Amino acid sequence: MNKKEMIAMLLAGGQGSRLGTLTKQIAKPAVMFGGKYRIIDFPLSNCINSGIDTVGVLTQYEPLLLTKHIGIGIPWDLDRRNGGVTVLPPFQKKGNKQGSWYSGTANAIYHNIRYIDDYNPEYILVLSGDHVYKMDYSEMLEEHKKNQADATIAVIEVPMDIAPQFGIMNADSEDRIVEFEEKPAHPKSNLASMGIYIFTWKVLREALLKDNTIHEDSDFGKHIIPEMINGEKNVDAYRFNDYCRGIGTIDAYWKANMELTETVPVFNLYDEFWKIYTNTEHQLPQYIGKEAIIEQSLLSEGCEVYGNVYHSVLGPKVIIEEGAVVRNSIVMGETIIRKGANLETCIVSEKCEIGENTSIGIGEAVPHVTKSHIYSTGISAIGDNTIIPDNVKIGKNCEVSGHTLQEHYEDGILESGHSLII
Amino acid sequence: MRAIGIILAGGKRSTLGVLTKQRNLAAMPIGGSYRSIDFALSNLSNSGIKKVAVISQYSARSLADHIGSSKWWDFGRKKTGLFLFTPTMLNQETYGYRGTADCIYQNIDFLKKSNEPYVVITSGEQIYKMDYEKLIKYHEQKNADITIAYKDMNTYAVEDYGVIGLDDNKQMIDFEEKPLNPQYTTVSLGIYVMSRELLIKLLEQLESEGRYSLVSDIIIRYRKKLKIYGYHFDGYWRRIRDINEFYRINMDFLTPEVRNLFFNTYPYISTKAKDEPPTKFNSSARVTNSIVSGGDIVNGQVENSVLFRKVFVGEGTVIKNSIIMEGVTIGKNCVIENAILDKQVYVSDGQSVKGTKEDIILLEKRNIV
Repeated sequence: MNKKEMIAMLLAGGQGSRLGTLTKQIAKPAVMFGGKYRIIDFPLSNCINSGIDTVGVLTQYEPLLLTKHIGIGIPWDLDRRNGGVTVLPPFQKKGNKQGSWYSGTANAIYHNIRYIDDYNPEYILVLSGDHVYKMDYSEMLEEHKKNQADATIAVIEVPMDIAPQFGIMNADSEDRIVEFEEKPAHPKSNLASMGIYIFTWKVLREALLKDNTIHEDSDFGKHIIPEMINGEKNVDAYRFNDYCRGIGTIDAYWKANMELTETVPVFNLYDEFWKIYTNTEHQLPQYIGKEAIIEQSLLSEGCEVYGNVYHSVLGPKVIIEEGAVVRNSIVMGETIIRKGANLETCIVSEKCEIGENTSIGIGEAVPHVTKSHIYSTGISAIGDNTIIPDNVKIGKNCEVSGHTLQEHYEDGILESGHSLII
Repeated sequence: MRAIGIILAGGKRSTLGVLTKQRNLAAMPIGGSYRSIDFALSNLSNSGIKKVAVISQYSARSLADHIGSSKWWDFGRKKTGLFLFTPTMLNQETYGYRGTADCIYQNIDFLKKSNEPYVVITSGEQIYKMDYEKLIKYHEQKNADITIAYKDMNTYAVEDYGVIGLDDNKQMIDFEEKPLNPQYTTVSLGIYVMSRELLIKLLEQLESEGRYSLVSDIIIRYRKKLKIYGYHFDGYWRRIRDINEFYRINMDFLTPEVRNLFFNTYPYISTKAKDEPPTKFNSSARVTNSIVSGGDIVNGQVENSVLFRKVFVGEGTVIKNSIIMEGVTIGKNCVIENAILDKQVYVSDGQSVKGTKEDIILLEKRNIV
């Protein structure tokens, strides 16, 4: 029988609705980050760098790009004869012709108990595709074993004033968790859960079977963890003190990207012995034209820059034509910015085309009229495969997606805080 | 599969000086991301030829490292593969490879164990993009014994090439290796197609006569006995024959034609994945008309140059008309002009390395200035 000490289950089915149009047709873990990467590259690379060679990736929302990206796991060295990466979508079960979606984080794992049992693991690592970080999970496992824990939860200290946005762990002096509060109004500690768990599989398996009979939407944060704490199980906190960014909102996503352009960024992507791997079609160099100016920016494979790029992050095969100016922006893979276009503080998703002399990010920073919870910090977002015609002006906190034409823009303008979705 | 491929990756050439001291000619860095052999490997794979032997005499280490995993070119399949053949020392009497025909003869089992009807032979030091399927079709259509790809070099000096003379029907009537007084401007590209069985027969014949060269003992010697045809190729084609040509080929990648051909036109050239982070431009970077690659960190000025991966350029440094290979570190306030810096060269603050347009300066691998 197969025997793996620990396998990983990566929850990659979430939409990430606070990323607005960036997740229109792309699951959040497949959203590009830091130029050439996708968010899921970080947990996948951490797995292989930590010595975990068996990873189940649970997909649900818009899985096409994600599934293609993962393939058989070659870029992460996860193409294995025994183990490797397996994409696990929801499926139809006998006696339930409709099939059922993954209704909660623990429910998703519950549906894949057979996959896990096949590897007969001692421990199981549950990950989410929500964070950008480098972590050695084998050290966390050592802690888990040392404490003889049933569950170990990675936590990070957050400033007290933003603690109410997180799942907060209240721990005793030995970092044993005594209470878990999901987004508490009056937090008692600042230890936020990173959504990274190690469970002793026998214990979790039992908990999953039990909880699934009680909750239809069985969830780690809401049900499994509190139940374990209340049931006198040994649940420990594992403090993580290194770089980690949640990129759940447009603002956080933008800031985390911009941080990478600093002269010495806090997040080191140059570590030879902890490389972040990604699926790159081919390994092209970049060409910088005769009139180009590029400052404080990151450029990925195959970019061609003829215009000006300041304090920005460009994905693979982005083309910036003559006279175009890109400032404080993120431009994802295979997007073309035409001559004379002007981009300020915006995020342009994959495979877009921004027309000649078009401006994005101008005018007043009024919050979005209907989606102020997504677009309020002045950043405009352009969804993937969007075309924006020549000579239009787009304000701040805007959202544009689809094949837009001149006539969709009244007087050639999309006012700040508005959406244009075709 | 219609053909198997053979890449002759000979090894050294004195005209490349220290560049090939520890490096096979087929592993020469080209265009920011590639090694020279990537072009032959990609052409074969893209033409549907997935069983390929790379035959190498010298300095195979850099080559073995590069092609060790054949997956980047999509070769490692059940019925196919990429094989690296180096001379085998069986006893004291065994020879190294004695010539281009001998090196294939010594690996004749590779030919005998295959069942594909044709063999495509090319070399690992050429920069070009060719669909060999078209070459094979032409070969069949001409009912040729051997077909040689050729190119009209026009005004380009051809003394260092195999010069080929063809009649109106493209049949070869003359072939001169590196002639002092060339009669034609058409040169053989060293790319051949012939039937696998004919090649086996010829190699066994040659061996019994103590002859070892593909060009002089087959192409030239059999020119009247066999039907040898020329296949006209008019795309970009260069061979790394000396340092100047190596410099020039890399600089060619700054022209839109060459970039478009290799970077933007399907099918693409593949190379070993290196997983470097994106290129970083800091606030004092000024890069114009240059190629930069993954893992580079640029603080200074770079003009008309090709930077390979993981190059660091310090503040106040000016690099012009130069080729900077992987892992080179250049400190602050340096001047680099008309130079080739081999891998892992280290230039400390304030130093200058200057060649001239006519005399490119070359710094050996791991040199410290």
